[in-house]
Amino acid sequence: MSLLKTIETGLRSLLGHRLRSVLTTLGILFGVAAVIATVGIGQASSDSVTARITSLGTNLLTISAGSTVSAGVFGGAGSANTLTMADVRGLQDKVSAPDIGAVAPVTQGRASIVSSSANWSTTVSGSTDGWLVTNTRTIGSGTFFNANDVATRAQVIVIGTTTASNLGAGVGDIVLVKQIPFQVVGVLAPVGSQGFGNQDDLAVIPITTAQDELFGGGVQRILLSATSAGTIGSAYLEANQILLQTHHLSDPSQADFTITTQTQVLSTAQAVTQTLTILLASVAAISLLVGGIGVMNIMLVSVTERTSEIGLRKALGATPVDLFRQFVIEAGMLTALGGLLGVATGLAVGYIVPRAANIAVTITALPVLVAVGVAVVVGLIFGVYPALRAARLAPIEALRAQ
Amino acid sequence: MPASEELIHLDSITKVYGAGDGAVAALQEFSLTVASGESLAVMGPSGSGKSTLMNILGCLDTPTSGRYWFAGQDVSRLNETELAHVRNRRIGFVFQQFQLLPKLSAWRNVELPLLYRNVRDRRSLALQALDQVGLSNRVDHRPSQLSGGQQQRVAIARALVTNPDLILADEPTGNLDTASSRDVLAVIRELNEQGRTIIIITHDPEVAPVAQRTVHVRDGRLVEQVAA
Repeated sequence: MSLLKTIETGLRSLLGHRLRSVLTTLGILFGVAAVIATVGIGQASSDSVTARITSLGTNLLTISAGSTVSAGVFGGAGSANTLTMADVRGLQDKVSAPDIGAVAPVTQGRASIVSSSANWSTTVSGSTDGWLVTNTRTIGSGTFFNANDVATRAQVIVIGTTTASNLGAGVGDIVLVKQIPFQVVGVLAPVGSQGFGNQDDLAVIPITTAQDELFGGGVQRILLSATSAGTIGSAYLEANQILLQTHHLSDPSQADFTITTQTQVLSTAQAVTQTLTILLASVAAISLLVGGIGVMNIMLVSVTERTSEIGLRKALGATPVDLFRQFVIEAGMLTALGGLLGVATGLAVGYIVPRAANIAVTITALPVLVAVGVAVVVGLIFGVYPALRAARLAPIEALRAQ
Repeated sequence: MPASEELIHLDSITKVYGAGDGAVAALQEFSLTVASGESLAVMGPSGSGKSTLMNILGCLDTPTSGRYWFAGQDVSRLNETELAHVRNRRIGFVFQQFQLLPKLSAWRNVELPLLYRNVRDRRSLALQALDQVGLSNRVDHRPSQLSGGQQQRVAIARALVTNPDLILADEPTGNLDTASSRDVLAVIRELNEQGRTIIIITHDPEVAPVAQRTVHVRDGRLVEQVAA
């Protein structure tokens, strides 16, 4: 029997059981759509995490307090304030730390800021003039405070654009932070909300002022920038050496601080999103498998139902190969149709979800092709067994079944 | 070797179903010769082995032992695919249950055997065959829209369309009333008069006279031959 005629016969038989064909197709449809959508969402979140972290600068290091061992008890990172301004001065030493560029100690907390017209609660960081560089930020209007402001505990404040608009305050205005007046000297250039939280809703004041008037003496973390992305490794070693010295530690394993690079953060985050994507895609792939089993189920029903038709066709001269081909092609058509509709549904999800739920979806060609390919292969594989059953039916037995 | 005018030559055919103690011989040392252009009725009660004989004759099954020459070719040892080709090219079947596909129109049903040999002009061949059985005004009807006799005539057209050497009819009137039976038998007789070899398997004594010769089967053996 010619291939075209086989396909036509298959179509006729599928159309003869319209509802059944549609339901079988749905199994494959959802499987393929789920694979495309989950991989798309995973890809998008991976992209956005990478973009966020890369935008924070790849030559940056963060020193966090913690990992203390006191009386034999190991404390996790951040469990104690072990960082001091002495560490900061050590790190700023160009002789022992030639590869370290800017150094910015940070102590931060939430505080209410009051302007003449509004009241706004936000994150207030105490830092030094190195803050801009180590956060890869730029100033939009006015200026950032300088080393002299830090030294003199000046009551000056730099705010983000969101904070500025919520307070209705600009450069030159006076705002109150915990009843203490600060003069706004600068407003940061906006970066959008592409960070962890809104990076335009914040305030920065000299660390000396913050320690004395707001949050007390400690340093929560120290931000460093290497002189370039290429020297980040030696900057890491220098920072580690200096802190071990200033903390009077001879054994590096006793270090009461942790240094992380953005690269580390990046690879961790990528590993996490990748794992999640694989997990989700596996679940979706299982639904594809279930769809395939549905196809096999229906094809088996079809073979049983059409036993006498198979017998007749055999008596009229259909060879085992003819019948095998017939049923494999029917299974293949069911899955191919399900696969195509699944792609359409997956693409529709990729179009609707970002608009309806603010979840980014990145559809790439590979998962689409793989999903359709897998669907068709699944259909053919699961079609083979029923087709073999059809091909092996003895014509007399089959004719007798009615 | 069988003579050339012989279409069918069965030489001590034995067919055994099952194995060991449960083995049943449906045909035993069965020999039969049918000449080309002859019409033959095979009669026998149920359980006599005539269905087995029909399956062997129709190349739907192979004998356990013995030889079967069909048009000079030994078909008793062919594999399934080769048997399918023999059935398709040389044998037309007419069944008691008609065996028409309910979703296909009359001419689509008649066309079926042609699909398995990639013939062109299938429609015109099918229409010709339907014309031969007097159904040229019913080509687009579905089986459910036809009477029993008409359905069986569609089945005969389907058996005819490949221009086979042999038409094998298994109880062709078993499901028909008297008038329809007469119609169908008339068509079969006419085909024989045009020179086609016909074998009718039946237990109905009224059917047998259509054939030139009648053989009786009992307990898997040939018991008597009657010349008409």
